[in-house]
Amino acid sequence: MKHIAIGILGAATLGLVASAASAATLDDVKAKGFVQCGVSTGLAGFSAPDDKGDWQGLDADFCRAVAAAVFGDGTKVKFTPLSAKERFTALQSGEIDVLSRNTTWTINRDTALGLNFVGVTYYDGQGFMINAKKLPGVNSALQLSGAAVCVQSGTTTELNLADYFKTNKMEYSPVVFEQLSEVDAAYDAGRCDVYTTDQSGLYGIRLTLGSPADHVVLPEIISKEPLGPAVRQGDDQWYHIVKWTYFALLQAEELGITKANVEEMKASDNPEIKRVLGQEADTKIGTDLGVSNDWVVNIVKTVGNYGEMFERTVGSGSPLKIARGINALWTKGGLQYSPPIR
Amino acid sequence: MASQEILREEPSRGSFINDPKVRGIVFQAVVVIVLVALVWWIVQNTIDNLTRLRIASGFGFLRGRAGFDISDSAIAYSSDSTYGRAILVGFVNTLIVAFAGIVTATIIGFILGVGRLSHNWLIRKICMVYVEVFRNIPPLLVIFFWYSGVLSVLPPPRESINLPFSSFLNQRGFYFPRAVWGEGSWLILVALLLGIAMAWFVARKARQRQMATGQQFPVFWTSAALIIGLPLLAYALSGFPLSFDYPKQSTFNLTGGFQVKPEFLSLYLALSFYTAAFIAEIVRAGIMGVSKGQTEAAGALGLRPGSILRLVVIPQAMRIVIPPLTSQYLNLTKNSSLAIAIGYPDLTATTGTVLNQTGQAIECVLIMMVVYLALSLLTSAVMNVINARMALVER
Ligand SMILES: N[C@@H](CCC(=O)N[C@@H](CS)C(=O)NCC(=O)O)C(=O)O
Repeated sequence: MKHIAIGILGAATLGLVASAASAATLDDVKAKGFVQCGVSTGLAGFSAPDDKGDWQGLDADFCRAVAAAVFGDGTKVKFTPLSAKERFTALQSGEIDVLSRNTTWTINRDTALGLNFVGVTYYDGQGFMINAKKLPGVNSALQLSGAAVCVQSGTTTELNLADYFKTNKMEYSPVVFEQLSEVDAAYDAGRCDVYTTDQSGLYGIRLTLGSPADHVVLPEIISKEPLGPAVRQGDDQWYHIVKWTYFALLQAEELGITKANVEEMKASDNPEIKRVLGQEADTKIGTDLGVSNDWVVNIVKTVGNYGEMFERTVGSGSPLKIARGINALWTKGGLQYSPPIR
Repeated sequence: MASQEILREEPSRGSFINDPKVRGIVFQAVVVIVLVALVWWIVQNTIDNLTRLRIASGFGFLRGRAGFDISDSAIAYSSDSTYGRAILVGFVNTLIVAFAGIVTATIIGFILGVGRLSHNWLIRKICMVYVEVFRNIPPLLVIFFWYSGVLSVLPPPRESINLPFSSFLNQRGFYFPRAVWGEGSWLILVALLLGIAMAWFVARKARQRQMATGQQFPVFWTSAALIIGLPLLAYALSGFPLSFDYPKQSTFNLTGGFQVKPEFLSLYLALSFYTAAFIAEIVRAGIMGVSKGQTEAAGALGLRPGSILRLVVIPQAMRIVIPPLTSQYLNLTKNSSLAIAIGYPDLTATTGTVLNQTGQAIECVLIMMVVYLALSLLTSAVMNVINARMALVER
């Protein structure tokens, strides 16, 4: 019943209160004094509260970067934990200003759901995890015919899963839950043989299981999961602010601007660096966007550049130890690429 | 003169505005107009907002390909089926669990309710403790209790518990052989129906005879012979067309046979046991509502305690029991939407998934509301019919 109630409430707010969304989001955010950011209910590496209750992770830091761009202060952000099912309604109804919650960019979400994805903060793909202790000898997803598979509902994951087993003419019995904690518990208790979700998610989830070392992530990647932040349609200014916050993080890494050196970089002779950091005479880049001209300085001071953010949250500086891989800058053979800031 | 006039005008208080009848009509009209305006405003506002947010609307999405699988389905369904069918699967699942739950809860509830009035101290206390415990726990907890119980107490699939008749019990559920009906097995079904019809006829005739002559006829044994014997005969005549598909161990799970999933099992058990506690109280109140004189009079006529309960007390108690029983049935049906917490694909769960995959929030919530409402009204209607038949027949 609770869920129906939430649904009704969501639908009702969608219908009635959505007028909030019509006003410029930037004005709204400034009036409130903080950015309301939708995150996961707790996925290590992306958005999970630490022991002090502060949200940590790539997605959570992205929210701080947006707050830094708008307010010059990365702490002016509030987080709303959302399950896969709740996330889009929360954004559509104006409950949150940005959805930064390991969400895959798809055409359906861009069109029918009325969202605008701003970019891809993490290129991912769907994988499978099994308990190697219980299932020795399984080392490929193609051996999974007949298995019970745990999956979270309302995700691209459950769609890819159906496609993959169908294409490979394999049987499976889905075990579907709405909350991440329920999927974790069911997998841990042995209700299913296989856990499937975004591979990065699997690494994060593995850390929270009883004995992480028992579990292996199978090599197959069965889908493209470009994860990125999204905003509502119909407010181009806000869309641009969030989108260029992401590009600014990339551009800073490309130019070698870091959290530590951003102040000295302001005095750099390189015209590109000066321009990005708002040091060009009479620059209008920041104000045209709707923020202050030192927005990039504020972003980098708060969370560092994209590379620093990545290593700190999911990379070598984190328990997940995920390699940059295709998430490296285009200059290093990866896919992360920012259009010029000029 | 003057006093007469005043008297005559008294009822309408001199003015049209003060006439209670006129006032009543005016107020009702105002309420209706305000209500219509409000609904119109809500609908209009919703349409405007959806257009501005560029969210598609309408029910056309129900024909789209669902693309996701459902763990437990009583009707044919695959990821190629439509969203509409996915919702239907959820609806059928809700019906199944609600119906099974209602039947079981009623049986347990009646036993407990009668047990609470038993002369045996132990039985009375056990029933009381049961009722007090289950009545005071939120249903969600009861569901979690059963689900985590099932998952943590039962062994993994490779160490299944073997039960008689090639049945197995493990974390993944309860497996038993599935009947495979061969050619000609329709004869068995026909024979069964025939048996039931004949048994019913015999029972009727026997009752009429007993009424007229006082002679009794062994109805139970005749009926049993008809209902069991006829299908058996048909089975033999059609050349034993029935075979069984047994559950077998494979790499991951048991395959073949019929599987009752732990999600269904725990939801069904939880709803039954939870609601039974409330039904027990209703039954106890119903029985206590029948005056003691009835029992004593029946005893004086020489009826045994069992017969007194069955023939005298329960029929009268039913009149008190049925109305509150209806509302327990409605509660059980609505509580079945807690299924979502343990991943049983009921109406709420599948419609929720459709909602999420399509983003058609308003449409999906509307469907859910209409279906639950219809289900509740239907249950009430059925119970009203039963109630009318049970009501005191004045002769
Ligand atoms: N990227 C996929 C899946 C995202 C997803 O929800 N993944 C799950 C499993 S890793 C999750 O993060 N759940 C967190 C939560 O529900 O709080 C999508 O956008 O549909």
